[in-house]
Amino acid sequence: MKKRYATQKFFYILLLIITMIVVAFVLGIIFYLVFKGARAISWNFIFKFPSNGMREGGILPAIIGTIYLMVGTIIFALPIGIFAAVYLNEYAARNKFTRIVRLSIVNMAGVPSIVYGLFGLGFFVLFLRLGKSILSGSLTLALMVLPIIITSTEEALKAVPDTLRHASLALGASKWQTVLKVVLPQALPGIITGSVIGIGRAAGETAPIIFTVAVFSTPGLPKSIFDQAMALPYHLYILATQVTNPPKDFQWGTALVLLVLVLFFSVTGSIIRVRQRLKKKETT
Amino acid sequence: MKLPYRKFKSFLITRFVFFNGIISIIVLTLILIFLVYNSFKFFAEYPFFQFLTGTRWAPTSTPEKFGLVPLLLGSTLVTVGAILIALPLGVGAAIYIGELAPRALREILKPIIEVLATIPSVVIGFIGIQLIVPLIKSSFKLPIGLTALAGSIMLAFMSLPTIISISEDAINAVPVKYRHASLALGATKWETTYKVVVPAASSGIVASIMLGLGRIVGETMTVLMLTGNSPRIVFSLLQPVRTITATIAAELGETVQGGLHFSSLFAIGLVLFLITFLINLIADRFMGRIKNN
Repeated sequence: MKKRYATQKFFYILLLIITMIVVAFVLGIIFYLVFKGARAISWNFIFKFPSNGMREGGILPAIIGTIYLMVGTIIFALPIGIFAAVYLNEYAARNKFTRIVRLSIVNMAGVPSIVYGLFGLGFFVLFLRLGKSILSGSLTLALMVLPIIITSTEEALKAVPDTLRHASLALGASKWQTVLKVVLPQALPGIITGSVIGIGRAAGETAPIIFTVAVFSTPGLPKSIFDQAMALPYHLYILATQVTNPPKDFQWGTALVLLVLVLFFSVTGSIIRVRQRLKKKETT
Repeated sequence: MKLPYRKFKSFLITRFVFFNGIISIIVLTLILIFLVYNSFKFFAEYPFFQFLTGTRWAPTSTPEKFGLVPLLLGSTLVTVGAILIALPLGVGAAIYIGELAPRALREILKPIIEVLATIPSVVIGFIGIQLIVPLIKSSFKLPIGLTALAGSIMLAFMSLPTIISISEDAINAVPVKYRHASLALGATKWETTYKVVVPAASSGIVASIMLGLGRIVGETMTVLMLTGNSPRIVFSLLQPVRTITATIAAELGETVQGGLHFSSLFAIGLVLFLITFLINLIADRFMGRIKNN
């Protein structure tokens, strides 16, 4: 018996160590990035253009480019994602076809980001002749974050009680009116969660934008959606691999700005989600 | 007069919602069509057998060589390495968080692991260049540290959030009565965990590993930055390799649009798309089994 408990103790400690390795990795990366990157962050670094082949100046155009892409992504992904979720939860029959639709959403989420990049180049840039532009990049990223928005919205729609739908329909509202004026407003927090997490994801992706929008440097800030743009993740990639002897601080600083931007959105999304769950628990 | 109009309107709305609803099918179909369309030139001009069995990827040599083997081998090597690291870490952490950790600790651990999922791959790649690559170089006394192993290590960690969260869900889904029955028969808590709970959650754990695998195979920036980008046939994790994903990312910008090389990159993109699609289908099979239980 003693031996069996000794075995138990051994494995408990082993699993604890394994878990701590994972945790140490995550916290280690974040603290190290903050520690190294903080030294690079200055007014000039955030608000100046790069100069001398990325060795001086700042990263303003990359920050602005990424913000444009985040806005563009959500403009395209949000309406389609919301109505896709409305279809699944409010309109679709429970049959084989709907099962295929769901399966393809899962598969869409599993398509590698570089394949989205290839598709964006083949379809938006070349076939639709949108060129390498903010528009092409946003559309490509929008497709990539669609599954996140659909899943999150659908989860929120499911949580809306049927009594609300019935009350609305009984008052003579059509199904569509019920969806727009009763169901969707109730599901708003879930929709916001999905959007915010989706935006964060779009901000951090590199592979889909290399061929659809991102460039090494631009003379000024982009003036229209048909312009190319710099972007933070691509800028970091360039600084880390293509520029010979860039100042180390610049690399760490860019990585930190990107991480903070992405984490800000994903943490915000998670907080809204947790709050909603707590609220739901209180009411039920 | 009013009724037919309302009927027509509701017909249009239903169509509109349906069109949005099947966007996933439309997009997947379009991706497939455009990968095939753009790789058409390659498959028409380059012998298919030489593509599948060719051992050299040298698109700029004369004559050009487009052998899939070194790239597929590179992807496989990095993936196997990553899974070997991710499997014990992921399943171990999932068991600890799902079964052993006190509730308060669990609530701290879960968000920390979720944060890992949101760190951009280019940042992971950058950290790898700064920390892991020099470490590998010095500890194995290699001329360069950019190796398959560097990619494997970082990819393993990137796949952990997927593996841990889905495995943990599966462990949580195991009915409490199983545990009670096992404990009542005199098993220790650990014996219950690994002889009853883990086997009962096995299909979910397999699904989590398949999804993690899909993530690893499709990951681009990290491998592009860390694995040395040398499309040669090697069988060691301590050698530089070149994966399918990295090949596309590294070469597409430098090709002539519409040329054979350009087209060949869509061809290997098609191969990648089919591989990940298959992995996801298998994962979905195992996920379906959890829901049925």
